[in-house]
Amino acid sequence: MKYKSQKVAYAYFLVAMGLFAIQVLGGLIAGWIYVSPNFLSELLPFNVVRMLHTNALVVWLLLGFFGAAYYLIPEESEREIYSVNLAYLQLIILVIGTLGAVLTYVFNPFPGNYLLGMQGREFLEQPTWVKLGILVAALIFLFNISMTVLAGRKTAITNVLLTGLWLLSLLWIFAFINPDNLSLDKMYWWFVIHLWVEATWELVMASILAFLLLKLTGVDREIVEKWLYVIVSTALFSGILGTGHHFYWIGLPGYWQWIGSIFSTLEVIPFFLMMSFAFVMVWKGRRNHPNKAALLWSLGASTVAFFGAGVWGFLHTLHGVNFYSHGTQITAAHGHLAFYGAYVATNLAIMSYAIPHLRGRDPYNQVLNMVSFWLMTGGMAFMTFVLTFAGTIQTHMQRVLGENFMEVQDSLSLFYMMRFGSGLAVVIGALLFIYSMMVPRRELFAKRSDAPVAGE
Amino acid sequence: MSEILTKSRARNIFYGGSLFFVVIFGVLSVQSHRYVVDTSTAGMPLSEAVILGKHVWERNSCINCHTLHGEGAYFAPELGNVMTRWDTLDDPEGAYEILDGWMQAQPSGIEGRRQMPHFEINEEEMRGLAEFLRWADQTDTQGWPPNDAG
Repeated sequence: MKYKSQKVAYAYFLVAMGLFAIQVLGGLIAGWIYVSPNFLSELLPFNVVRMLHTNALVVWLLLGFFGAAYYLIPEESEREIYSVNLAYLQLIILVIGTLGAVLTYVFNPFPGNYLLGMQGREFLEQPTWVKLGILVAALIFLFNISMTVLAGRKTAITNVLLTGLWLLSLLWIFAFINPDNLSLDKMYWWFVIHLWVEATWELVMASILAFLLLKLTGVDREIVEKWLYVIVSTALFSGILGTGHHFYWIGLPGYWQWIGSIFSTLEVIPFFLMMSFAFVMVWKGRRNHPNKAALLWSLGASTVAFFGAGVWGFLHTLHGVNFYSHGTQITAAHGHLAFYGAYVATNLAIMSYAIPHLRGRDPYNQVLNMVSFWLMTGGMAFMTFVLTFAGTIQTHMQRVLGENFMEVQDSLSLFYMMRFGSGLAVVIGALLFIYSMMVPRRELFAKRSDAPVAGE
Repeated sequence: MSEILTKSRARNIFYGGSLFFVVIFGVLSVQSHRYVVDTSTAGMPLSEAVILGKHVWERNSCINCHTLHGEGAYFAPELGNVMTRWDTLDDPEGAYEILDGWMQAQPSGIEGRRQMPHFEINEEEMRGLAEFLRWADQTDTQGWPPNDAG
């Protein structure tokens, strides 16, 4: 840790890991309800569990991004954060908002109230006061990091990171716009949901990966930065009009079927470039960095993102395919692998790299960390295959043969049991990750170097 | 390659190109907005009842089990065409009665069957919800879903 103010990032990472644990446990419960439908049905119905699962995911990923920004911007800008107190204030607002959202979902104390009650648009269910809190926190954050960057050295990494974070915060304004017309509601809703995960978040992901590869491989900054611009160009060029693949069946004009199909096909490119870039950098890099776990997560993130977001996304975004597969378990399969590969793994990569620095230790418990990588990645891959098969059968039975929804679901129960099993592996992996980050232990090879050398 | 594609050129391509695509997206969005209002959702007026129904739908977080026009959770049936499935697309009274009867019977408590929670919804709101689902069903969704099963 070169700069004192980087310490703020540690608080963000801690809260993020806590929510990560809640998110995967929520997912496990949801997976179990698929297997045993009466489980918790009176206490914690499926719709509430699902809100906790998806909302916790989004919030912890954002906290991870904020933490990553507070960690890497001082090093990139070569100066301390503008205001450490503002950074903590921002975190406190986000934590209070998160608690408020959770209490509202579980107990629903103010049903129907615009300010205090839940606003059930998918992923934007937060009560309005929480949405406002998020907006305030985002503004504090943007002010804080912009002031830091403006006063210091400007690099491609900070430029791209700032562009991504500014745009994603601005897009949050659409969370407050809820037209009475359902089709308009859906159209503007995608301005947040799609333009976050398939455009602005990609900028954040690419700049975090670029920073990590720069540190871990020792490749020239000039090369890393040029490729960063090329990659994020392809991300926005394909991703912005790629929004069209959500506009096929919600009441929008038919031309979106062409625009959506063409540009979503191109959305594979940034993920392919990110993966190639990561491997080429590691291959060319001269540095033998001791933090193997962070390197594994960085390579893993770019690879799984290519398959989850790129390949599995492409699988069902052509409009002719999507006509049949839309809103089936195929979507669920893609969603899980894409979020895991692109954003969960990127966050865990920067945490694996930064937390040892923040705690002033060697990268301890690396083996456990790498075990958690393989458990989580293996579990997620298996879950994706299982849900893809389930979705294929569902698509055929429901969309081609026209059998009704619940009968089709009943014939998928074997897949849902296997999905629960793979989910269990992911949860164990996640808890192992948190343990390996939090509980200090001397590394095995560190001990070896301490051992007396013969002849001494 | 490295002489033609310098870092500053790559940066300019990024900012300039992104702006270009943002502008195209903006123009198409304006046109789409008009198309929705004038054409695709003009099958039935956006009445007070429909708007109330949409809020009932949101407050109870129906989207976290059901899909509507294919979006939402995949735990419970598609509702974008439920009025077609019930054959009540042009029958407001029938739509209300079937919906109300269904909702009052939940949760079914049948072992091994997915459970729909019980929701406190008064008559006006329930009528609104039925109208909202009839309204949504009349959206021109480019022929989706492929069949009545949703």
